[in-house]
Amino acid sequence: MSTTAPPAPLLPSNAVDSTGPITAADGTPLQTALSRATRKARIRAFLLVAPLLAFVVLTFVAPIGQMLWRSVSNDSFSANMPALTAWFAENEALGSDGGPEGDGIPGEDAFEALATDLKGARENRTAGIVGTRVNYDLSGTRSLFTKSARQARKLEAPFKAALLDVDEDWGDAELWSVMRSASRTYTGDFYLAALDMQRNVDGEIEAVPENRRIYVPLFVRTLWLSALIAGLCLLLAFPVAHLLARLPLRYSNILMIFVLLPFWTSLLVRTTSWMVMLQSQGVVNDLMVAVGIVGDDGRIQMMYNQAGTIIAMTHILLPFMILPLYSVMKTIPHDYVRAARSLGATPSTAFWRIYFPQTVPGIGAGVLLVFILAVGYYITPALVGGSSGQLISNLIAFHMQKSLNWSLAAALAALLLAGVMLLYWLYDRLIGIDNMKFG
Amino acid sequence: MNRQAVIAGAIALVFGGAAQAADEITVMSWGGAYTKSQVEAYHKPWMAETGNVVNSVDSDNPATPIKAQVEAGNVSIDVADVEYSDAIRLCDEGLLEEIDTSMLPAAPDGTPAEEDFIDGALTDCAVANIVWSTVYAYDTTKFEGNAPTTIADFFDLEGFPGKRGLRKSAKANLEMALMADGVAPDEVYDMLESEEGVERALAKLDTIKSEVVWWEAGAQPPQLLADGEVAMSTAYNGRIFNAAIGEGQPFEIVWDGQILDFDLFVVPKGAPNAEAAMDFIAFATDTQRLADQASWISYGPARKSSGELVGLFNDGKTEMAPHMPTAEANLAGALVNNFEFWADRDTEISERFNAWLNI
Amino acid sequence: MSANAAEVSGSANEPMVRFKNVQKSYDGETLVVKDLNVDIARGEFLTMLGPSGSGKTTSLMMLAGFEPATHGEIILNGRPINDVPPHKRGIGMVFQNYALFPHMTVAENLAFPLQVRKMSKSDAAAKVKRALEMVELPEFGDRRPAQLSGGQQQRVAVARALVFEPDLVLMDEPLGALDKQLREQMQYEIKHIHESLGVTVVYVTHDQSEALTMSDRIAVFNDGVIQQLSSPDTLYEKPDNSFVAQFIGENNRLQGVINEVRGDACVVKLDSGDEVLAEQVVPGGTGTRTTLSIRPERIELDPAPGACPVTIDGKIEELIYLGDHIRVRMNVAGTNEFIVKVRNHTGRKPLAAGQQASVGWDPIDCRALDALT
Repeated sequence: MSTTAPPAPLLPSNAVDSTGPITAADGTPLQTALSRATRKARIRAFLLVAPLLAFVVLTFVAPIGQMLWRSVSNDSFSANMPALTAWFAENEALGSDGGPEGDGIPGEDAFEALATDLKGARENRTAGIVGTRVNYDLSGTRSLFTKSARQARKLEAPFKAALLDVDEDWGDAELWSVMRSASRTYTGDFYLAALDMQRNVDGEIEAVPENRRIYVPLFVRTLWLSALIAGLCLLLAFPVAHLLARLPLRYSNILMIFVLLPFWTSLLVRTTSWMVMLQSQGVVNDLMVAVGIVGDDGRIQMMYNQAGTIIAMTHILLPFMILPLYSVMKTIPHDYVRAARSLGATPSTAFWRIYFPQTVPGIGAGVLLVFILAVGYYITPALVGGSSGQLISNLIAFHMQKSLNWSLAAALAALLLAGVMLLYWLYDRLIGIDNMKFG
Repeated sequence: MNRQAVIAGAIALVFGGAAQAADEITVMSWGGAYTKSQVEAYHKPWMAETGNVVNSVDSDNPATPIKAQVEAGNVSIDVADVEYSDAIRLCDEGLLEEIDTSMLPAAPDGTPAEEDFIDGALTDCAVANIVWSTVYAYDTTKFEGNAPTTIADFFDLEGFPGKRGLRKSAKANLEMALMADGVAPDEVYDMLESEEGVERALAKLDTIKSEVVWWEAGAQPPQLLADGEVAMSTAYNGRIFNAAIGEGQPFEIVWDGQILDFDLFVVPKGAPNAEAAMDFIAFATDTQRLADQASWISYGPARKSSGELVGLFNDGKTEMAPHMPTAEANLAGALVNNFEFWADRDTEISERFNAWLNI
Repeated sequence: MSANAAEVSGSANEPMVRFKNVQKSYDGETLVVKDLNVDIARGEFLTMLGPSGSGKTTSLMMLAGFEPATHGEIILNGRPINDVPPHKRGIGMVFQNYALFPHMTVAENLAFPLQVRKMSKSDAAAKVKRALEMVELPEFGDRRPAQLSGGQQQRVAVARALVFEPDLVLMDEPLGALDKQLREQMQYEIKHIHESLGVTVVYVTHDQSEALTMSDRIAVFNDGVIQQLSSPDTLYEKPDNSFVAQFIGENNRLQGVINEVRGDACVVKLDSGDEVLAEQVVPGGTGTRTTLSIRPERIELDPAPGACPVTIDGKIEELIYLGDHIRVRMNVAGTNEFIVKVRNHTGRKPLAAGQQASVGWDPIDCRALDALT
C-alpha cells in the first residue's frame, strides 16, 4: 500500500461530473472496472457450462448442421467426375440446346472428359455413386454409368463415337442436361424434389406429374393429423389436468403416477400394446363382437390406417399435454372461480370467462409441444399407420434407410423444420411465447 | 487381421499354440429363424474351429447401416447378409471390400468354387449363401375345401376373401401383380421398364389395396397370419416353413409366382476385422455348411454341390428337398429377381409406389 | 346502530341473515361447525373472529354458497337459500387474496358482475367509474391487477364486490396480506364505506384488534361454537368465559375456588391463600373452581389505602418502558406473570424491580370465569 496515491476521496469529483463517463475511484471508467471485477466469475460460469456446450455442439448442432448442409450440397458427381465437371464449368454458356449440331449433345471434347472420368470411376469404384446421383433426376441411368465404367478401359478416341457405341443413351439430350445440373455441388434440386417439382429439359421448374406427387400431400397430411392429434389431446387432457390440480395432494400424486406411467414404458411396447388392442382380431374388436355391437364378419379396421395413427399417437402424446396444463392449473387459485360465482356468473360463464383464459398459457405450451412432437413422429405411424396413416417422417426415414438419398431426406427434414419454425413464429405473434408455461 | 494379431499368432505358434489370439467379428443378419439357422450352421462351427468369437446382430435390412457407417468412418460390422441389389449397389458405390473368390474352398469333388456356385452367386464384393424366395402363404383354416393355388388367386378377393399381407416396398409386389395379371415371368421386367407396365402393376394392386396390411420386417408375415390379422400374405419362404413345420402353424405356401433371390455375405469397407471376416465367409460358404444351414431353414444352398447333402430338417423327420425354392416342382412359374433392373429403377419406381401407397 | 342491531332478532324487523341450527362436517366424523345460530341484522357489520380451524371461514363459505350445510337452514331475507347456487344469492364477496381476475383490467374486473347481469355498456361504465371513485382509484381502470400495489388491489376487490350493489357483502380475511400500517388504514376505509352505503357486512378475521375496530358485533368462534356474540366493548369488558377473555386483549388470570356467593359477586379463595372479591360469571355455588380475569389497565399499583376494595401484596419483577405507559411484571398471588399497566403521567411514583408493592382493583373489573386447566 505504500506506493499508492493518497486515499481516494469518498466521492471522486469526476464521479459526479454529469458530462463525462462515470469512473471508479481509481479513475478507470466504471464499465471497465465492473467488467474486470466480474470477469473471474464469468470465466468460471463459462467453464461450468462448457462441457454441456461442447456436448450439444458435437452431438446436436454439428450433425444436424451437416445433415442440412447435405440438402443443398451433393458432390457425388463433381467429386468423382472431375474432368466432365470442369468441362461443364468452362462451357457455361452452352445450354441444353448447345452442341455443334444444336441438338443438346456436346462435342468430342466433352465425351473425352467423360471417358477420362469413367476410367477414373472404374479405378476408384465410384461409377455407382455417380450413377446413383444422376439416377435421382433421370431414372434408368445408373446402369449406364456402371456398365460404361466396366468397359471404360477399352475406350479410345474418337470418344463420342466409342461411347455412343457402348450405349446410345449417351446421346440423350436430357441426360446431358441432368448431368450438367448434377455437376453443380450446390443445388436446390433436392428442395424442388421435396416440393414435388422438377426441372424439365430446358431447365425450367415444373410440377411433377400428378401420380408422382407425394411430398406436398404428405406434408399437408402430417400437419393436419398433428393438429388433430393435438386437439384430441387437449380435449382429453383438460379434464384430467383439472382433476389433478384440484384433488388433494395424496390423491393427485397417485393419479399423476398413472399419467407418467406410459413415460416409463418403452415407446415400442406402448405402440405394440395398441396393436394388440386395435387389430381386427384384437381386444377391442373381440369385446365389440362379444357385446354384439358388431358381427364377427364386421370387425372394424382400427389399425393399419389413419385411425390407428391417430389413436396411438394421441395416447402416447397425452402426457405432454397433461403436464403443462396441470402445472398452469395448479397455480390458478380456486378463489377466482368462486369470486366469479359470487359476482353472479353461472358455472359455465365462470369457466369460460375466468378459468379457461387463465389456462391458455398451458394450452399453448401443450398444444405446441404435442404438435411439434407429432409432426416429427416416426415409429408409431410406421407400425400402426398402414399406408393412409404415414407421416412425412416415414418418407424421410425411407430416404435415409432404404433409398439412401440422404440429400432428399435432408431437404424434406429442412422443410419440416422450416414449417415448424414458421408455426412457432406465428404462435409467438398471436399468443406470445412469454405466455407459455411448460411446467 | 492386424499386425499385432499376426505377431500374437506367430508367438502362439512358437509356443505350441497354447494361447491362440481370438478375433471377434460382428455379423449382421435379418433376425428370427434365419439368423438362428446361420448361428447353428455357420457361427458355432466356425467359433469351435478357430476359437474366434462371432457377435450376431440383427437388422430389418443389414444393408441400411453400411452406408452410414462407412461414410462416418466408424464401421462396426464385419460381415453383413444383404440382398442382391444392395450388394451390387453398395459395391458400385465403393462401400464394400472386394472379395477374392479364389480363397473360397473347392467342392468335395474338386470342382473350383467359381464353377460350383450357381450362376450369379459370386460378384466382386459378395458371396451368396442362400437362394430364397418371396412367395405367398395362406392360413389353411380360412380356405378349407377351396385353397388358392396360383398367384392370380392372391389378387382374387371374391374367390378368396380376406385380408392380404404385402411388404411395404415396390420390389416383388409389382412383379407378382403383373404375373397375376397374366404376364409371363420372362416378360415381367421388360414390361416394368415402361411406365405403362408400372401403372398396369399398380392397377392390379389397386384391386386389393383396401384389404392390404403392409409389413416391413420378415418376421411379421407369420405373425400376421398367426394373429388372424390376414388370410394370406407374401413372405420369405423360410419364415413360413419354420412357422408351419417348426411350430406347426396351419400355413401353406403357394409356389406359383415365387420370386427367387440370393442373399449374399459382404464385408463393409473398413471393417475392423476384415481378414477374419473373409475367413468366416470362406468357412460358412463351403459345401457342407451351406447344406447344414438348409436343415435349419428352407432356403436353398448357393452351391450346386451342397444339394445332395441336404437332408432332414432338425426335427429329424421332414425331408428338406421339396421345401427348397429351387426344387424342380416349385420352379414352374418362378421368376428370378433382376437385380440390375432394381438397381436402375428403384428410385423412380419407389417414388411412384410411395405416391400410390400413401396418397 | 350497533345496539339496535343486536336486539333486532325476534322483533318485527326481520333479520337479514339467519343461521338456524347449522352444522357442517367435511369427513362425516367430526363437526367443524356445531349448531350455529346467528341472526344478522340489516346494515350490521358483524365479524366472525376466532383462531384458525374454529369454523368461522366455513360458516362464511356456507353463507356464500361454496360449501353446503350438512344440517340446518340458512335464511337470507326470509328465504331459505340452502339450495340456491352462489351466483343466484346476490352476495358480494371479498377474498383473502383479492381474487382479481389477472387477465382483465381493473375496469373489466369491475364490469364483470354487471356484464353477467346483462347491464347495458354505458350503465356499466358509469357504475364502474363511480365504484373506482369510491375507492379513490379513478385513474386505474386500464391497469392490470398485477400492476397495482397490495392496498390498491384490495380497494379494487372491495369495489368489485360492491359495484353490483348487493345488500350483503362477505369479507374473508381481506386485509391479511397487507402490512400493519396499510391494514389499519384499510380498516377505516372499509368501515367508512360500510357506513356510507349502509350495506350489511359479514367479516371474517383472526385479528382481534381488527374486529374491535370495525365491528358492530363480534361472534367469537372456537371449536365450531360461538363463544360469545356481542358488541366490542361488552366483549372486552364483560367476557363470558375464559376463552374470550384470553383471546380478546390481555388479561391476568388467577386460579381459585369460590368461597362464598354474595348476589352477583362472590368471594374467591385464591390458590395462594388470598381471598378476593369478584363478579361471578361462572355458574355454581361455593366450592366451584374458577379463573379470575382482570385487565392489566384496570389495576392500581400501590393504591392509596381504602381507594380499592381489593388489595393484594406483591413484588415488582420487571419494568418495561413503552412510552405512553409502563408495563410492570409482578409476582402476585403465586404467579410472576401478573401484568400491571401504569399510565406514564408526571406525578407517578418511581418504580424499581425488586420493590415490594401492592395491587388493587374494583371487584366489578375482576370476573370469576370458568376454570382454566
